[in-house]
Amino acid sequence: MNNETPLLSVTGASHRYGERYGCRGVSFDLWPGEVLAVVGESGSGKSTLLGMLAQRLALDEGSIRYRTARQTSASGEGGASEDLLDLSTLSEREVRRLWRTDWGFVHQNAADGLRMHVSAGGNVGEPLMANGWRHFGQIRAEAEEWLRRVEIPTDRTDDAPTLFSGGMRQRVQVARNLVFGPRLVFMDEPTSGLDVSVQARLLDLIRSLVSELGLAVVIVTHDLAVARLISHRTLVMKDGAVIESGLTDRVLDDPQAAYTQLLVSSILQG
Amino acid sequence: MSGPRIVYNEGYLDEQTKRVVRRALLKGVAIPGFQVPFASREVPMPRGWGTGGVQLTASVIGPADTLKVIDQGADDTTNAVSIRAFFEKVAGADSTTRTDHATIIQTRHRIPETPLTENQIVVYQVPIPEPLRFLEPRETETRRLHALEEYGLMYVKLYEDIAKYGHIAKTYDYPVLVNGRYVMAPSPIPSFDNPKMHQSPALQLFGAGREKRIYAIPPYTDVESLGFEDFPFEPQSFDQSCEICESTEVYLDEVLIDDQGGVMFVCSDTDHCERTLTTRDHDHITEVNA
Repeated sequence: MNNETPLLSVTGASHRYGERYGCRGVSFDLWPGEVLAVVGESGSGKSTLLGMLAQRLALDEGSIRYRTARQTSASGEGGASEDLLDLSTLSEREVRRLWRTDWGFVHQNAADGLRMHVSAGGNVGEPLMANGWRHFGQIRAEAEEWLRRVEIPTDRTDDAPTLFSGGMRQRVQVARNLVFGPRLVFMDEPTSGLDVSVQARLLDLIRSLVSELGLAVVIVTHDLAVARLISHRTLVMKDGAVIESGLTDRVLDDPQAAYTQLLVSSILQG
Repeated sequence: MSGPRIVYNEGYLDEQTKRVVRRALLKGVAIPGFQVPFASREVPMPRGWGTGGVQLTASVIGPADTLKVIDQGADDTTNAVSIRAFFEKVAGADSTTRTDHATIIQTRHRIPETPLTENQIVVYQVPIPEPLRFLEPRETETRRLHALEEYGLMYVKLYEDIAKYGHIAKTYDYPVLVNGRYVMAPSPIPSFDNPKMHQSPALQLFGAGREKRIYAIPPYTDVESLGFEDFPFEPQSFDQSCEICESTEVYLDEVLIDDQGGVMFVCSDTDHCERTLTTRDHDHITEVNA
């Protein structure tokens, strides 16, 4: 799984809102199968960073490179070798192909990531259809399998997410983002709208799926417990900059930066 | 008191406008199924009553043409009659109700039963030209989806139908893939008529006046109705035959005939029905009608 090149490599990434930096000079590498948590208080630039990684916000400085094969019409499928490619050099078609085949995005609010009036089965099946699946039976079987994996009862397959509870919606969203076998999943506070017991179950589910599938994940959260539970490495952000990074256990058990110490000590220790 | 005599330009629209529409048409023909934006003009009828079709017809019609207008298959509805009269007046064109005599057929909701020929142009009136509209409300996004050929969304709609009803329940405006590239709304014709678009010898033009879009299918172009491998497209079919002319394999309208719930099924294409009747044995007809 691990080899010499990272899956995602970010160097000096910055995004400006007018004169002000939302996020400045962020650099990190992400290897396949690695879960990276980005923590920080509200307004620290976590979501801006995620927005840049996900190509939703413009990258004003620095570069983001992703390991992929450049698809040209001349060279056939399969033969192309994978390189770290600067995302800004990719065409819109290529970026959208990455979204269809390589990347998932789990929104904080499930309504942003789901089609609320399309059945759960249709929601999970959509990425497959976007990838060219044209056999109803196969699409449905795959969608049902994934709904089962995220613990949605089979008899709810044809219900729309409007009829689901918050936790179920979030699990449908997870299924929709994993069904096509992505390599990298971005998660923006996937658990924060949910009550504590549902949060724990969802995190458990995400953790087992991530390790089972060997996914690389960038998860943004303000909840250190979430970072502790599922991530390997953690970036701590404050005022748009990364102030500390390292293995999650190291960052949380032996925080170096003053702000991180404050953040860690602000949590009730059991 | 008589009003002032107004002399309209041939085909009602001014020459510059006709040129604009023809340019859009050329582009539409060059890229089959692609929706070309155009500056839709006002014509003397409300938007939504076939203004797109009228502008196309006005741009291609000349005094040598013979125009047929059908509305849900019928030549004798108010809308069809007045559009025909309009072009008789402003273009000096002949009009007909016979499909085989017409050179231009403007239509709403049907394709005639009589096979079309290379000398004919079919002009469709289109209310919603965007097949993805009810799945994706943003115009910017649907244009991008067409440009990048991302049609997964269209299949979601078909998926939902099968999941809910066990078959694809869409029976009109059934989405088609034109020339293997663009997904297109064929205007609200019944899915019964979809196969007639495939490799049609006639030039097919589509005008959406309110939505300001023109698109086209050149003659002999592949038009494939979408479907899944295990749930392929199936056009509507009818078990009974027309109760007036006894035609089978035609699109039938269900007509209420009394207040006891009595119905009869008759051809929706009135021209086809009449001609089938006249070519048949006269005695037999009186028998049926009695």
